[in-house]
Amino acid sequence: MSVETLLASKEVIVVTGPGGVGKTSVAAALGACATTRLSGKVLVLTVDPARRLATALGLESFGNVERQVDAKLFADAGYEPIGELWIAMLDTKASWDDLIVQHAPDVSTRDAILGNALYRNITGRFVQSHDYIAMERLHEIHTSGRYDLVIVDTPPTRSALDFLDAPERMADFFSSRLLRWLIAPARSRLVNAAAKPFTLIADKLLGAKFLTDIGEFFLLFQTLYDGFVERATSVQRTLGDARTSFVVVTTPEPGPAAEARFLLEELASRSYGIGAVIANRVLPEVFRTRGAPTAAKTLRSNADSLSATLQKSADVETGEGVLREVADRFDDFRLLAAQGEAVLESLQAGLPAVSAPVVSVPYLETEITDLAGVLELGEQLL
Amino acid sequence: MGDLDGRGDLAHAFEAPELSFEPTRVADGVVAMTMDTEASMREYIKINLKVPFVGSVGPVAAAFDFLASAAPGVREILTVGKYAYEVRERHYDLVIVDATASGHIIGHVAAPDALHELVRMGPILDQVKWMNKILHDHDTTGIVMVATPEEMPATETIELRDRLENETSLGRAGVIINRVLPELFSRPEEKVFGTFASEAGRKALREVAGPAVDAVIDGASFASNLRRSRTQHIERLFAEFPNDPVLAVPQLFVRSEGLRVTKLLATALSEELGVS
Repeated sequence: MSVETLLASKEVIVVTGPGGVGKTSVAAALGACATTRLSGKVLVLTVDPARRLATALGLESFGNVERQVDAKLFADAGYEPIGELWIAMLDTKASWDDLIVQHAPDVSTRDAILGNALYRNITGRFVQSHDYIAMERLHEIHTSGRYDLVIVDTPPTRSALDFLDAPERMADFFSSRLLRWLIAPARSRLVNAAAKPFTLIADKLLGAKFLTDIGEFFLLFQTLYDGFVERATSVQRTLGDARTSFVVVTTPEPGPAAEARFLLEELASRSYGIGAVIANRVLPEVFRTRGAPTAAKTLRSNADSLSATLQKSADVETGEGVLREVADRFDDFRLLAAQGEAVLESLQAGLPAVSAPVVSVPYLETEITDLAGVLELGEQLL
Repeated sequence: MGDLDGRGDLAHAFEAPELSFEPTRVADGVVAMTMDTEASMREYIKINLKVPFVGSVGPVAAAFDFLASAAPGVREILTVGKYAYEVRERHYDLVIVDATASGHIIGHVAAPDALHELVRMGPILDQVKWMNKILHDHDTTGIVMVATPEEMPATETIELRDRLENETSLGRAGVIINRVLPELFSRPEEKVFGTFASEAGRKALREVAGPAVDAVIDGASFASNLRRSRTQHIERLFAEFPNDPVLAVPQLFVRSEGLRVTKLLATALSEELGVS
């Protein structure tokens, strides 16, 4: 299936991969291209702050509230949008608060949770809470039916797995025996023989007071239990659904490619649909031109005479230096290009179970600063 | 040297066998380990809480997993705490931690602070106190931020600086700009290159070096543009960190990875530091 077909046939596309490979840009590019080719509403949900992307899309900033990208920007970039492009960035704290406000059984529980010191710490600082809430948000948006296609970019690889497993972990957590023990009164803890090693460690490590605080917090939180488990199961179903597809982004470098392979294997083992593998920042074809290394060598060895011929009256010495530099840089980048090619070949060969196409996207010499740039990247993807 | 995520990537850099929680020698004067939070917890319990080894691994692991999910900062404090402990005990002259990505590091280094806010009394508070003493002493602990000269990494580095300042008491030790591309042409050279890359110039070059010379010219032009687009980020990082040591390490154009690359990087860093 081509990337274009993917955009036309899926409801959720999860863009994932190692850190620093351009996931957010790829997600935005997929969204922009879907808008120029298909009708309907597309939302790009980014989990990382991307100010440059906001500026490129003509938005001062964007946050939890979904904002539409102005159709005029598409016209400026020389495109006629058929659909609508919307964008939102995950704000962990605000999303958690929204969730509590929406699902707390009553006002006093709501306020007790929102004012709890543990709650504020968990939601404000810890990565796990970010992963979970991203999934909640995806679920909320997807089930609302407000968009025809939701494209979400995720945290880097290892965290991406935490991110995918977050709903299940949350459900496990709420149904665990240890949680029941934790929220039971302290007195009964001591007689609970089954939890003895845990009691020993927990009391020694954290102290009875802190354990009581944790217990109180989760007692409050438990009022949300049914909703959490229900939504977690539902998110899990959505991820494995035929309407959802994963796009794995990497660069042709050994480190990121190894992570991408690991991620692909993990996705496959969870039976998630893999729509495409995108090799971003592939060096241009010129570095693979037949005969070019010899041409570079000729430039280097004839630098003096070539410079004299070409420059005529100008500085022959400068010209010589420039020609040698040109040849040297070509050789340097040719080496990187060959390495990248080998990395991608081995990535492809190591994945017999994944039938998704590997799409190479050339390295853009300049950075994306406007919608035209986003769309240019998108055109390379399709 | 050690990591925070337990991936053991340092083994690769030294071409050493797989790393474990027990430090192993990887080079002269260098030992490396990889983080294992469960092992760290066992060590922590044994050393700090004076509790003898707790029965079989099963319940410990289950309890640990649960504690780590329920109590914010437990997992983080076991990783950061391990390295702080090595410093406290003066087992090494220098402890280098290959930390997590910039978005996640605050959760680790601020874990003792977070626990401090939450726990007003009890055994953990004593632990938090000595850890913070080591982490917050700028003569002892410093964060080195590494960025490539591109938009997102540069922005994230600047944001990390702000978060470190606003949310933690940790100090910075410096900024390393990695993979800096070589400067291709000065302004006069750029002009000369323009002449060579013009149709007339290419024609003359083709006569001597053959038609493939176009690819060589295009390749150099690509390299030059790439370098130019990255210059702004190098300048930005230097401008944003006027009082920090900012070191630039070149992009390496070598075919191998592993120990050879580690040595080349070490040489480049030494040159920047003036200690070669």
